[in-house]
Amino acid sequence: MTTRLPVRPGEVIDRSDVRRFTWNGSGVSGFGGDTIASALAASGVSVFSRSFKYHRPRGILTADQHDPNLFVQVRDEPNVRAGHRLVEDGMVVSAQNAWPSLRYDVRSATRLIGRFLTPGFYYKTFMGPRTLRPPYQRVLRRFSAGGTVGGAAPDVRSEKRFAHPDVLVAGGGPAGMAAAVAAAATGARVLLVEENHELGGHLRYSGVAGLASLTELRDGVAAADGIEVMTDAVVAGRYDHNWVAVVERIGARERLVKARVKCLVVAAGKIERPYVFAGNDLPGVMLSGAAMRLINLWAVAPGTRAVVATAGESENTVVDQLESAGVDIAEVVDLRMPRQQLVRARGRGHVAAVEVGDGRAVEADLLVTAVGWTTPTSLLNMAGDLPVYDERAARFLPGGLPDDVLATGEIVGDGSLEEIVAHARAVGSEAGRRARRRAIDWAQSTPRATSPSPPPSSDPVEIPRLDPADHPELFQGPTDGFVDFSEDVRGKDLALAAAEGYDSIELSKRYTTATMGPIQGKLEVVNAVAVHAAATGATIAETGTTTWRPPYAPITLGALGGRDEDPIRRSPMYEWHLEHGATPLVAGQWIRPDHYGDPASEVRNTRSNVGIIDVSPLGKIELRGADVPDLLEFVYINRWSKLGVGRVRYGAMCGEDGVVFDDGVTARLEEARYYMTTTSSGAAGVWNWLDEWLQTFFPSWDVRMTAVTDGYAAINVAGPASRRLLERIVEGVDLARDAFGYMHARTGKVAGVPDCILLRIGFTGELSFEVHVPSGFGLHVWTSLLDAGADLGVAPFGVEAQRIMRLEKGHLIVGQDTDGLTKAHAAALGWAVKADKPDFAGKPELVWESESGPSRLLVAVQPTDPRLVPPEASQIVDGDTIVGRITSSRMSPSLGRSVCLALVNTELAAPDTSLTIHLANGRRATARVMEHHAHFDPEGERLRG
Amino acid sequence: MLLIPCPHCGPRNADEFSFHGELVRRPAPDASRESWRAYLYEKDNVAGWMHEQCFHVSGCRRFLVLERNTITDEIRSVRDVAEQKT
Repeated sequence: MTTRLPVRPGEVIDRSDVRRFTWNGSGVSGFGGDTIASALAASGVSVFSRSFKYHRPRGILTADQHDPNLFVQVRDEPNVRAGHRLVEDGMVVSAQNAWPSLRYDVRSATRLIGRFLTPGFYYKTFMGPRTLRPPYQRVLRRFSAGGTVGGAAPDVRSEKRFAHPDVLVAGGGPAGMAAAVAAAATGARVLLVEENHELGGHLRYSGVAGLASLTELRDGVAAADGIEVMTDAVVAGRYDHNWVAVVERIGARERLVKARVKCLVVAAGKIERPYVFAGNDLPGVMLSGAAMRLINLWAVAPGTRAVVATAGESENTVVDQLESAGVDIAEVVDLRMPRQQLVRARGRGHVAAVEVGDGRAVEADLLVTAVGWTTPTSLLNMAGDLPVYDERAARFLPGGLPDDVLATGEIVGDGSLEEIVAHARAVGSEAGRRARRRAIDWAQSTPRATSPSPPPSSDPVEIPRLDPADHPELFQGPTDGFVDFSEDVRGKDLALAAAEGYDSIELSKRYTTATMGPIQGKLEVVNAVAVHAAATGATIAETGTTTWRPPYAPITLGALGGRDEDPIRRSPMYEWHLEHGATPLVAGQWIRPDHYGDPASEVRNTRSNVGIIDVSPLGKIELRGADVPDLLEFVYINRWSKLGVGRVRYGAMCGEDGVVFDDGVTARLEEARYYMTTTSSGAAGVWNWLDEWLQTFFPSWDVRMTAVTDGYAAINVAGPASRRLLERIVEGVDLARDAFGYMHARTGKVAGVPDCILLRIGFTGELSFEVHVPSGFGLHVWTSLLDAGADLGVAPFGVEAQRIMRLEKGHLIVGQDTDGLTKAHAAALGWAVKADKPDFAGKPELVWESESGPSRLLVAVQPTDPRLVPPEASQIVDGDTIVGRITSSRMSPSLGRSVCLALVNTELAAPDTSLTIHLANGRRATARVMEHHAHFDPEGERLRG
Repeated sequence: MLLIPCPHCGPRNADEFSFHGELVRRPAPDASRESWRAYLYEKDNVAGWMHEQCFHVSGCRRFLVLERNTITDEIRSVRDVAEQKT
């Protein structure tokens, strides 16, 4: 059965473009330009969904994106708004929230027990006992609303766009279009955002009379310079300083547009509100806007015989439109008249008759209500406005707006099309003027920027008055019905909430969930406020409105998530590592070689021959200037003033709270040139930390700082044969033991590359040299080392082997062996704290820590069972009390036993103390505190070799 | 997102900056434990106009002192820390 009408002037469908799709498995067709809902309505479908709580059959209410009854599933995509999404060939559409089928939903039996589903039902019923909650959950899940996300849903990453319009106009109706054109005429770049698929607002469907104006306004937009029109897009939120989120839809895909707007114009129009009476949710009961959209946009007859309930002259348009579509008007109920009432809509699954005030039941298959409006003040709210209720207009109106937000159109007031357009033009011009003034402010606050010219007039544009028309306060008939269709909340539910003490609309909203469904109060907020006000004996103005928060419209999480924007950093030798079997390890932003197959043999080779590791991710900062020693003295806890040229020293940094946050070495390469290394993850933090002190505390110091982390590749050459290997490719540096001692630094030529830095330091505990080379030569030096040392047994080692070797030596890793509360003494760095320095970052806290003694201490630990490698973060316990934890734990290839570092309560830190480790499987193991941090070569003879 | 008028770079989005809290004066190293704990942990948390420090970390890398109203987020002045009277 088709309800499609003959061609209508202004219809948006293309009758030559037939689109076939399925609805609950049956084939149906529509035309290009049809929404899913209009195509189904044209095919005779009247039930589109089952309601949220009571599983009542629901049909078209508004026929647009706000329709609470038109959520459907399209293949894997749940919660598609059928009143908005256009039909496509091959679409597979099904009803949601209906089981086993839309026609026979067994859960509609909840209607029979509906009296139990009062507000707070779940809170009151399913609270206890706690043991029954899992079964409750399983049962209630079957009753939950919404569609289903298919497992095969594609992983779509959407890009984001940044926009910088001078003026953004939210709403592309007559006011929005006129404002955009006027703003563009001032020279502003304008972004005009309209949620529907085309510009025009209500002019598109209000009858033939408006079509000429519609064309004229659209032509004006098309002809204007500097307007970008974005249809099927919605302004989701307005944030601080006019940061505006726009969601642009491209079919099922969404893109987030982040716009910094100089002046925002809100032309959101009005939204028609439903009327509360018995049976107001029966299919066949719809708002006048829905009837006119169906008739004029998609040429669909909404019914054959209609009762129309109106509240004013302007709403009578719908009667004309229904008649022009051949719908018989059975009765017009004028709700302003005392004897005329809308009592009840009756019918099984669809309207069959309408009970009116004098007791008559009028036969009809369509009931159209045209009782009034709600203003979508969402964006105004987000701009700090508190809308004010006007009882003469029976709707909320803008209160006060900040300088960079303006409102126009019917959200402000009513008038003829000419009056509305005149208001919008003035607002658009004023928006352009304010945007230009802001652009000049911004340019003037930007050094070397030129201001746009000419400057705007200093006088604001005079904006004509646009007063709201009087409208009767009609919210509810003599019977009760649904206030919130999304959440199945009736008037009596709000009254019960008020009786139970929820006397604020904000509380009642949360308790009853009225206005909290997918439509977020756009249709029902005034009715909810009115019913609540009546129940509490307050006026609507006293009750106020609920707070509108972003987003204004539903947004998919994919659009918000967007693309992963974290950079990935790779050393110049990265490709080589992969080609040579490295297992990659993600370490912060860096991808590093974890190992090349067997970390234990990498350790053995390094300890017996020579190994090389890529340590390019180390943070590197070059410091020049006369006052660098003072800076080092201040940011490191230990002593620096006597560091001679050609020397390198270990240092630890603490925050002002005394907590260790980084460590590394700094070399003095020349009289006033220093080279600092930091941990890989701490590079940026240390750089910022030095800048903070230099800029805010020591501005007069002569220190120049350059971050050179990416400028140098770094290779640690470690092992007994490391000196012999380097001697083969280093020029101009005497590497002999006496000439280049432990903790010395040199510069020279490596493999022909000048300006390399050599540091004789040893994280691994072996004789070792850290070679820093300009990064473009990193790979060259790396392969040169391997070529030159083949006969010495040189082999690369990865991060894991390095971690094993440093743990064998008991060297701590900041952030692994320390946490956000570990101060220097607790980290066993007390030896480094030089409390006799006059000042350094963290000094007072560290002095106090030293006086009171640290509560915890980092110690080396060996499990009694040498084969047991307790997992890192295993707790150390005393009975049921946690007294510490294992911070690092590995099997040592050099010792053939497990070795650990642990943070333990100080009373357990003495050598030979026996500890109990609580393992993840519940078993307990014993371990012993060691005398030295170094499990291997505690005297450091290899290091100094 | 706030728009912060950097005196060197012009108006830039707040996510280019890192927030360094209320402008507080560092006590002398030998000041009392109470004044150090106050400096470290006790913030005024003003509702209204306050001076705060931020770092244009993804811009000019200068430390700035903002005068911002924490209720309205209006920014009244922004100066380089070097121009801040001490």
